[in-house]
Amino acid sequence: MSAASSLETPLTAYAKSIDGTVRQQFAGSDQLTAQIRNGTKPDVFASADVRYPQQLFEAGLVEKPVVFAGNRLVIAVPKGSKINFLTDLEEPGVKIVTGDESVPVGIYTAQFLAGLPQAQSAAITANVRSREPEVSSVVGKLTQGAADAGFVYQTDVDAAGGLLTAIPIPDDMQPRIVYSAAVVKGSENPGGAADYIDGLVNGPGATALRTAGFIIPL
Amino acid sequence: MAHTPPAPTARAPRPTRRPLFTSIAFGALVVVLCFLTIPIVAVFANTAPGQLVDALGQEDARQALWLSLRTSLMALALIVVFGTPAAYLLATRSFRGRSAVLTLIELPLVMPPAVAGIALLASFGPNGILGGVVSGAGIQLVLETAGVVVALTFVAAPFYIRQAVAAFAALDRSWLEAPRTLGAGPGRTFLAVAIPSARHGLTAGFALAWGRALGEFGATLMFAGSFPGITQTAPLEIFARFNTDFTAALALSAVLIAASGAILLSVKLVGGDAAVGGQESLR
Repeated sequence: MSAASSLETPLTAYAKSIDGTVRQQFAGSDQLTAQIRNGTKPDVFASADVRYPQQLFEAGLVEKPVVFAGNRLVIAVPKGSKINFLTDLEEPGVKIVTGDESVPVGIYTAQFLAGLPQAQSAAITANVRSREPEVSSVVGKLTQGAADAGFVYQTDVDAAGGLLTAIPIPDDMQPRIVYSAAVVKGSENPGGAADYIDGLVNGPGATALRTAGFIIPL
Repeated sequence: MAHTPPAPTARAPRPTRRPLFTSIAFGALVVVLCFLTIPIVAVFANTAPGQLVDALGQEDARQALWLSLRTSLMALALIVVFGTPAAYLLATRSFRGRSAVLTLIELPLVMPPAVAGIALLASFGPNGILGGVVSGAGIQLVLETAGVVVALTFVAAPFYIRQAVAAFAALDRSWLEAPRTLGAGPGRTFLAVAIPSARHGLTAGFALAWGRALGEFGATLMFAGSFPGITQTAPLEIFARFNTDFTAALALSAVLIAASGAILLSVKLVGGDAAVGGQESLR
């Protein structure tokens, strides 16, 4: 099981409900994609977007991907921060961390910023101080006070145990964030892998995702 | 010397034992050599010379390599300036708790880089125990180039200091006492006698620490972040490319391997053959 970092909380809970052990690896979806391209064969790949599994499907490396959850992009700030609005991010000196544009959260952030007025987008981009390789390290920078604000998923703020506050992004500015999963071709346990994905779409996995704040069904 | 194997004698009682052991050791050497060199060969085998040139021609790659070079040399300067006298003291004085001090200094050697990153955040980060002192002094570390230097210094220092302690400890004590009897102060003895005499060991430690600093990834990412030109060193750039452009990642890896190899080699040439893996480093 290779899954996007942002899925760690619900999938760990889901794994506990499954008989037998589930070996899980969490990292940036792009990194997991690169691993599969280079011959790593997990049974299931769950990505924070639809693009990477689709690319692997077209390359003949995974079975047809299935959409199983949605999420929302938010501005996360450390608890007690003076930043309350999107416009606060334009102030010079505000330290912003984002995901690198190779990782889904970074792509969604870039989509969101591209939709803003040009001057606003440029002012925010100029304040970006680090492009992290996975969403969990954006969260880490924020909880450690190393940065003033970051773009993460709503579920990351929910999972941060009160250390972070989310500034919501309105619906009309939301990028479309959809998670998809696929059975990896050449899996040693294709039956178990298919059952696992079924449980994600409609079963204990879906329950765990909903508990963690993911959007289900789409 | 405890490490010297017993010399074979003319009347070896069981002559069959030695060829057997020798062939086992030879086999082990072949295994070690293959295991350590195949991944390096693979990087170059998968990189066409043209790709290497392309990789170097890209602005991002040059920027990352240049940042790696600058930050690693700054870290090495700090390590040498503070590490050399400290190592000399540890090597030439015996005091209570000396081995405890040595162990503490060596601890980052066995620390996973991610742990080092967290530890640095917990100490010098904005919420860290010394965070107030650092920001009060007007110093910005996290998300800044200075933070990269701190991370590199932390992980690489033990490589140099450890080797420097061994090199100073191996010096003949009478050499260090002779100048004193002629009226030279301890500082003069340190600079004029101890350092030149221990240079092979010191350069070996320098090379190892530099190599470690050039390769640093986890602590840098966690403590300093990743931004082109500011904190994205060559290993971080390689990681970012691995996910999107494996060919470019391989090419940049090849450049980094070549650079590290060149460092080891030039130190060997400058310091004499004993400098890397030489006598002093064995003691």
